[in-house]
Order: sequence, then C-alpha cells, then structure tokens
Amino acid sequence: MDTTYNPFSLMGKTVLVTGASSGIGRETAITCSRMGARVVVTARDQERLQDCFNQLNADVEGHLQFSADLTNEDDVKQLVSSLPSLDGAVLCAGNSTTLPLQFGSREKFDEMFDINFFAPVELLRLMYKKKLLVKGASVVLIASIGGTHSFMPGNGVYGASKAALNSVMKYAAREYASRRVRVNSICPGMVDTPLIHRGTITEEQLAEDAKRYPLGRYGRPEDVANGAVYLLSDAASWLTGHDLVIDGGFSI
Amino acid sequence: MDIHEFIENFAAQFDDTDAALFTAETNFKQLDEWSSLTALSIIAMVDDEYDVIIKGNDILSSDTIQDLFNIVEKQQ
Repeated sequence: MDTTYNPFSLMGKTVLVTGASSGIGRETAITCSRMGARVVVTARDQERLQDCFNQLNADVEGHLQFSADLTNEDDVKQLVSSLPSLDGAVLCAGNSTTLPLQFGSREKFDEMFDINFFAPVELLRLMYKKKLLVKGASVVLIASIGGTHSFMPGNGVYGASKAALNSVMKYAAREYASRRVRVNSICPGMVDTPLIHRGTITEEQLAEDAKRYPLGRYGRPEDVANGAVYLLSDAASWLTGHDLVIDGGFSI
Repeated sequence: MDIHEFIENFAAQFDDTDAALFTAETNFKQLDEWSSLTALSIIAMVDDEYDVIIKGNDILSSDTIQDLFNIVEKQQ
C-alpha cells in the first residue's frame, strides 16, 4: 500500500464547521482536524465550543473558534468579518421538532426555518459574496432524509425546512460552479445525538424505531462526519449538487 | 386548570372514538385508536393550550386522563 496516497486527506485545507458544540457538528470538526484540516469552529454555547476546540487535532496549527448565534444578524456579520479564507465549510447548526402538522403554526415553522434554513442559507450567501470561499472550495450542508426521502408523521415542520435547504443547495451548486465552488448536502437518517434524546419520543420508542433501519441501528455522528470528509476532499472534485443519503438503508 | 376542558381537548385529538368514552378515568392507551401520532398530538395540544412541555415518558407513566392532567397541572 502506498501510505502517501490519500485523496481523502484534508491536509492544507481550512474548514469552517458550524454547530460544533454538539452531535454531528462536533464530530465533524474533530474528524476534519484528524484528517489534516485547520478547523474554524462556531456554535452558540461557548463552554461546549471550547470543549470541542480542545479535542481538535493539535498536530495542525491555527484552529480558530468563534461563538455565534447564527439566527442573530449581528452575530453572523461579526462571524463573517472574522473568518479566514475557506477551502470548505460544513454547516451543521440546526434543530429539530416532532410536531403533527395540525399544530404546525406559522410560529413553529418560523422557529424551525430560522435555524435550519435561513441561518445556513445566509451564511452561505455571505461567504460566497465576500469571496471567503476560495476557488475549488467545497460546502456541505447537513440536511436530512426527512422532507425529501422520508415523510414520517410528526416530522413535517422539520422536514420542510430541510427540503428547502436541499433545494437551495442545488441552485447554489449550479450558480457557484462558475467559481468552481462545490455545494452538496448530506441527508442522514436518525443519528444518535443529544437532539433526539429530548423526551418527546421516549427511549423505548427510539429503540423500537432503530430496529426499522436495515443496517440495524441509528447513525452515529462519525457516519455523517466521514461523509463530510469525502465531500470536502479532492476525492469529490467532480461532485456537486448531490444529496448524499447516509441512513443505514432506511429510505430504500 | 379545568379537568372537563382538559378531557375535551384530549378527546379532540381522536377521530373515531365515541366522545362518551372520554372521562377522567379513561385508560387512554387502551383505546383502539391510540397511536404514536396521537401521543405526539397530545404533547402538542398541551404545549398549545396550557403552555406546558410534557415528555413522552409523562404519557408512558400515565394510565388515565386524570393522571396526565395531574402532571400538566403540576407544571403549570
């Protein structure tokens, strides 16, 4: 084996990861740093962000952290003005809700769309407009199978926000290709993160639901992080506008 | 909080169950129509009407509508 050959390496790349204080974002930030990237992490919770920052691979120099609430316009402006040039970005910050549609008021939709749709779309827009994304950069949006590949009762408000994100991903892929910036998304099935253990669904129901996944379990944050590494790396140089389903076979 | 109103709100989450079957002592999880989606609707109804966030476990640990009423009332 040629140990120097690794098209999946992120060596020499600077990668932004949002939502890095927990779950998929945290794992993605740590994995990217282990693959050689200099990582810029951001999240709301300063203490947990620091904790993630401390876990980043110290063999790579120059990691940065900025705490910011991506639903707050001033925070976003501040963040964007502090960012270095980026070879990649993984926009993980998001939230979920389990709510039958008849309770999906405008207020509930707004809450979900603010963090899952408007926040990443605005950040993506500003990063592109301000030319922070270098030529050949790769952007990964964390969407969901919900809203595009799966339509489970109670997931409509959440799924709609992720479907909208997937749609913008494809438009951005077309438009940003002129600068050779690639834009893809990952559509995970249920991933075992603190987000799904908030109690609306009981632990018993979750365990029962996990059995419905052909590969026999819910996803782990690293399942998604490894997909993000691929999309960020030069191995995916000819891939754009794709929604990569990582769901243990659930949506087959 | 009024138990009668709570029972009414509770019953409104069902479509095919006779309204007369809903009393404070109804073992709601034994109803034929009961499903995981009904549970989600009850949680959402309680949030909407009473501004209280209950959890799936609160439903799991309640047998009767009165049991759930007591949980919601305590959190109000």
